[in-house]
Amino acid sequence: MTGTVGGCAGPGFGSVPRKEDGRFVRGRGRFVDDIALPGMLHGAVLRSPYAHARIVSVDTTAAESHPKVRAVITGETLAARDMAWMPTFSHDVAAVLATDKVRYQGQEVAFVVAEDRYAARDALALIEVEYEPLAPVVDARRSLDADAPVIRDDLDGRTGPDGRGNHVFDWETGDEAATGVQFARAAHVSACDLVYPRVHPAPLETCGTVADYDRISGKLTVHATAQAPHAHRMLYSRIAGIPEHHIRIIAPDIGGGFGNKVGMYPGYLCAVVGSIMTGAPVKWVEDRSENLMSTSFARDFHMHGEIAADADGRILAIRVSVLADHGAFNATAQPSKFPAGFFGVFTGSYDIAAAHCRVTGVYTNKAPGGVAYACSFRVTEAVYLVERLVDVLARDTGRDPAELRMANLLTPDRFPFRSATGWEYDSGDYPRALRTALEMADYPALRAEQKERRAAYERTGAGTLTGIGMSVFTEAVGAGPRRLMDIMGLGMADGAELRVHPTGTAVLRLSCMSQGQGHETTFAQIVSHELGLPIDAVQVVQGDTDNTPFGLGTYGSRSTPVSGAAASVAASKVREQARQVAAVLLEVAADDLRWDVGTGTADGGNFAVAGVPGISVTLREIALAAHGGLDLPDGVDGQLTASTVYNPPNLTFPFGAYVCVVDVDPGTGEVDVRRFVAVDDCGVRINPMIVEGQIHGGLADGVGMALMELVAFDDDGNHLSASFMDYLLPTAMECPAWELAATVTPSPHHPLGAKGVGESATVGSPPAVVNAVLDAINVRHADMPLTPAHVWRALQGRPIRPDIAIR
Amino acid sequence: MGVTVNGVEHVREVEPRLLLVHLLRDELRLTGTHWGCDTSNCGACTVWMDGLPVKSCTVLAVMADGRSVRTVEDLEGPFGLDQIQTSFMDCHGLQCGFCTPGMLMTARKLLDDNPDPTDTEIREAISGQICRCTGYRNIVAAVRHAAVAEALGRGDT
Amino acid sequence: MQVPAFFEYQRATSVEHVVALLERFGPEARIVAGGHSLIPMMKLRLAQPELLVDVNDLHELSGVSVVDGQLRIGALTRHAELLASAVAGEHFPILHDAERVIADPVVRNRGTVGGSVCQADPSEDLSGVFTALRTVAVVRGPDGERTVPMREFFRGPYETAVAPAEILVELRVPLRPGAGSAYVKVDRRAGDWAVAAAGAVVSLGPGRVVTEVGIGLTAVGDADFTAVEAEDLLRGEVADEDAFAAAGAAASAHCRPVADQRGPVDYKRHLAGELTVRALRAAAARAHDGTT
Repeated sequence: MTGTVGGCAGPGFGSVPRKEDGRFVRGRGRFVDDIALPGMLHGAVLRSPYAHARIVSVDTTAAESHPKVRAVITGETLAARDMAWMPTFSHDVAAVLATDKVRYQGQEVAFVVAEDRYAARDALALIEVEYEPLAPVVDARRSLDADAPVIRDDLDGRTGPDGRGNHVFDWETGDEAATGVQFARAAHVSACDLVYPRVHPAPLETCGTVADYDRISGKLTVHATAQAPHAHRMLYSRIAGIPEHHIRIIAPDIGGGFGNKVGMYPGYLCAVVGSIMTGAPVKWVEDRSENLMSTSFARDFHMHGEIAADADGRILAIRVSVLADHGAFNATAQPSKFPAGFFGVFTGSYDIAAAHCRVTGVYTNKAPGGVAYACSFRVTEAVYLVERLVDVLARDTGRDPAELRMANLLTPDRFPFRSATGWEYDSGDYPRALRTALEMADYPALRAEQKERRAAYERTGAGTLTGIGMSVFTEAVGAGPRRLMDIMGLGMADGAELRVHPTGTAVLRLSCMSQGQGHETTFAQIVSHELGLPIDAVQVVQGDTDNTPFGLGTYGSRSTPVSGAAASVAASKVREQARQVAAVLLEVAADDLRWDVGTGTADGGNFAVAGVPGISVTLREIALAAHGGLDLPDGVDGQLTASTVYNPPNLTFPFGAYVCVVDVDPGTGEVDVRRFVAVDDCGVRINPMIVEGQIHGGLADGVGMALMELVAFDDDGNHLSASFMDYLLPTAMECPAWELAATVTPSPHHPLGAKGVGESATVGSPPAVVNAVLDAINVRHADMPLTPAHVWRALQGRPIRPDIAIR
Repeated sequence: MGVTVNGVEHVREVEPRLLLVHLLRDELRLTGTHWGCDTSNCGACTVWMDGLPVKSCTVLAVMADGRSVRTVEDLEGPFGLDQIQTSFMDCHGLQCGFCTPGMLMTARKLLDDNPDPTDTEIREAISGQICRCTGYRNIVAAVRHAAVAEALGRGDT
Repeated sequence: MQVPAFFEYQRATSVEHVVALLERFGPEARIVAGGHSLIPMMKLRLAQPELLVDVNDLHELSGVSVVDGQLRIGALTRHAELLASAVAGEHFPILHDAERVIADPVVRNRGTVGGSVCQADPSEDLSGVFTALRTVAVVRGPDGERTVPMREFFRGPYETAVAPAEILVELRVPLRPGAGSAYVKVDRRAGDWAVAAAGAVVSLGPGRVVTEVGIGLTAVGDADFTAVEAEDLLRGEVADEDAFAAAGAAASAHCRPVADQRGPVDYKRHLAGELTVRALRAAAARAHDGTT
């Protein structure tokens, strides 16, 4: 298979069908809950009904006497093993099973191990827990009040500089003084309060594990929904005290992740303890309510943004303050030097002289998390902020939002571009992307239609209103340079190992882990591209810590930018090794050999002697020779194998321009997304079909978040979105037929010119949808989700605050 | 109870509370049928019972006593994959593969009843099934692709 | 996955068998048909019946037909069957309007008409439809068969006039030649429960005067799912926009919605009015006044 994409010609690249699909369409995927080991037991978690309560007593007597129950684990059991608390990804600790208090509804209190999953559930009802309810902190904006109940009394006053009990951190970026100067000289300042409400990644497969501890060898095998198997192994070792080399993590097929399966959850650890205690494998799989109530949520950013412009509509500066609700434990999964993730890219795609941002993180009586759901470490919040602010500015100054954007976009000659908050954007052509999107949408015609519809509505009081919304986003993905970026001290570089077998097929071992992104195909294409082998001749191994090199896993759209680069580098190394072997075979100097990648046949590429037609040797021939009796020079190893650890020099910065068209029924507040045009530039596309699929999924996320997805709580801290009846995900009925186009601006520092795309559309689409709805109803701002009620209330001038229960 | 699954009769002693999805997955080890919620909202567990797609997380196994059930494992026949399976692969109608078996079963039934569905009819047919990966566009395309391929196979013009 | 607690299970072989089982086990027995309301509640252990009586084999309770000037809908009729029923759509398009927006196509294959109305969920779509249509419910119990007008059927959220040892067997809708009917629903997403919905059936006389009207409201707090004040206002009036607006205003004023995540009270009250107007408009457009 050959293809030409983005200037990268040769075998390998192109829209080839996926290697993994054959098993999935047959129902032969192997997901965690499909695993059944001999003698396997089943775990279930007892959870807190209260958002905040002191635990007076836990009585497990009745549960333990259930004939099918094999073990009951409480916080006390774990405390005896020094496992009641675990470290989080953000320098905090989190309860595994509660010992002192419960701090959110759905928090883990006890774990039952029983012979079948029904009995395990039955036994939960036999555990008696006496709680002393405490006042909860539900409204993040009240969390720092002097009289707010202190959630983390376990930290004993170590929270916050001035004794503010629920304070987690203050963080700032940018230049406050320089920003102040720009605001002072601005002809116009627009300000807006925005909530990016709490949402949940809700992969269709919930989180789960089968933990299998071998008492004789002392080895622990964990089959788990793990987006980051190697990081998990280190955590299991640290928390459970099992030597790291005795732990094997196997991530089987994963039914979607979106960041939800990055974290370490109590259920995983309890299954491990259960297996240690019973000597049998223990399976634990969440139900949907458990997933929505207790695992990593996303966002929950309360933002105040200000944007300053001169009289010509030139954007001068942006200033932001953020209150970040982190829940009861600070467990955000992000590079540890970035407490607000990559929110610092909030200057977006624009040429802005100065910017400043201050973020305060707080504890509330809600589940921990904050960084998940394809957010690229809070770039989602940043893009939403700036793209809403630009629309507000356009409205306040009577400018067309497309024209205002076009006038302020960074131009291609500015790259590499250092932003006012210190990020170096690698490459981009933003005006081309926006122009393409506006042309595809036929922007002038849409504006004309909008005008007509509004006139008709005003004349008759009936019909729908059309809205046109857009966003131009810049992503920051591929974390990241190890001197800047680590998680729990683990630098975010990725290993890769490639071996070409004697017969000329190959195996590539990766540290990252697919959750549906199609790594088995894309990474085989990378090797094919480098070595000229057929895609089918490359086996990709991932997700098994015993059989893959170390690396940080798949999230933050980092697989192609980091592991993809690693695969490319490893393949280049193999090619250079092959050159040395070929030189011996052909009895010429290595420098006299020219590589021809070929056409993707089983022979692979070949080395030919420069200037001597007809003398060449194929990779397949070289592979056999490399494993044979050839006398190789010093410094050239036999066999054909290479490994590398790729430490990215910078993030990559994919971007895009989106246009969304909606029709709103002002009588009911209902929104119909009529069209969605998405122009994405993620650099070189290895498999355009897969790239487009990633974008489709992210656009649906945007429609979901903008229009319906929300995790809300009532005054008592009760979770109001604990099932798919209440946490609404978009169906095929709410999603239009996405209209896609690509521009290709290669990354200058990635060996393939690729940038990563998994989260682009999730990041870029919500503001386009929100801007479209608000454009339709001619309202300056209203918060997501724009359900019919929210839209109608916004039309009445009384928008609904989304993060607390509707009253 | 006795239930015919994919043409094979199984006789089992089961608790009345056993859900059909667990009978299939845990007892019969037909793990192609998945589950993604508890409330019959996501449709990952969709199988056919007496020829109609149903959500097997909300059917008791005993309610299938004397009935016939068809799961994704039965789509592939002696002469190869069902066209709908091939079309999902050709059109990239799946990513993580978790919703896929349920989508396939609903799509197969739709095409059996309506060999030439419009995009809107396809979207309605799968509206009780959640996919978190594809944004549905390629699923719709895959069902259309299968419809066209089957029409060609029948010699329809 | 959530799983139900223990219970016993019996598959009923006749309506008499159902009644006998219900009598023997008392209120701890529950009938299961489609199970799409009951089984999720049992998984959450909010419902823990001791006995489930499976009525799915009682084919005599299934089907849609016209008998003696009534549209008869068996309680075991699946939503998908009612949606596919040409005779139902011909006489009362409101039934198809509603069925099209109840849950999703796969759930509709299983869920039953009788199960839906007996669940008496305040957001259930068919309840308002059948009250608008002045349907009569046929209930069988130890003392034989009795009928209950749908407007007296609902006794509050999740409570109906069906006694513990009784079973709903049929719904009978009196045919109204020339009448038009429609159902309009606002939901947050396809398949979601209604934020609010309204159903209307309108009979017109000469001069498009409303001779009879039924208005059902869903999810806005009316225990009987009916907007009686709006009906009274409209009867005898010419079916025009002013009359619809007045009826809508009455429906809005008299409903008793409660706030939840689907919307605040003022919005739901607004919808009660707006959707009443829209349902009446659509129903009247489908009605014939006998002059043409």
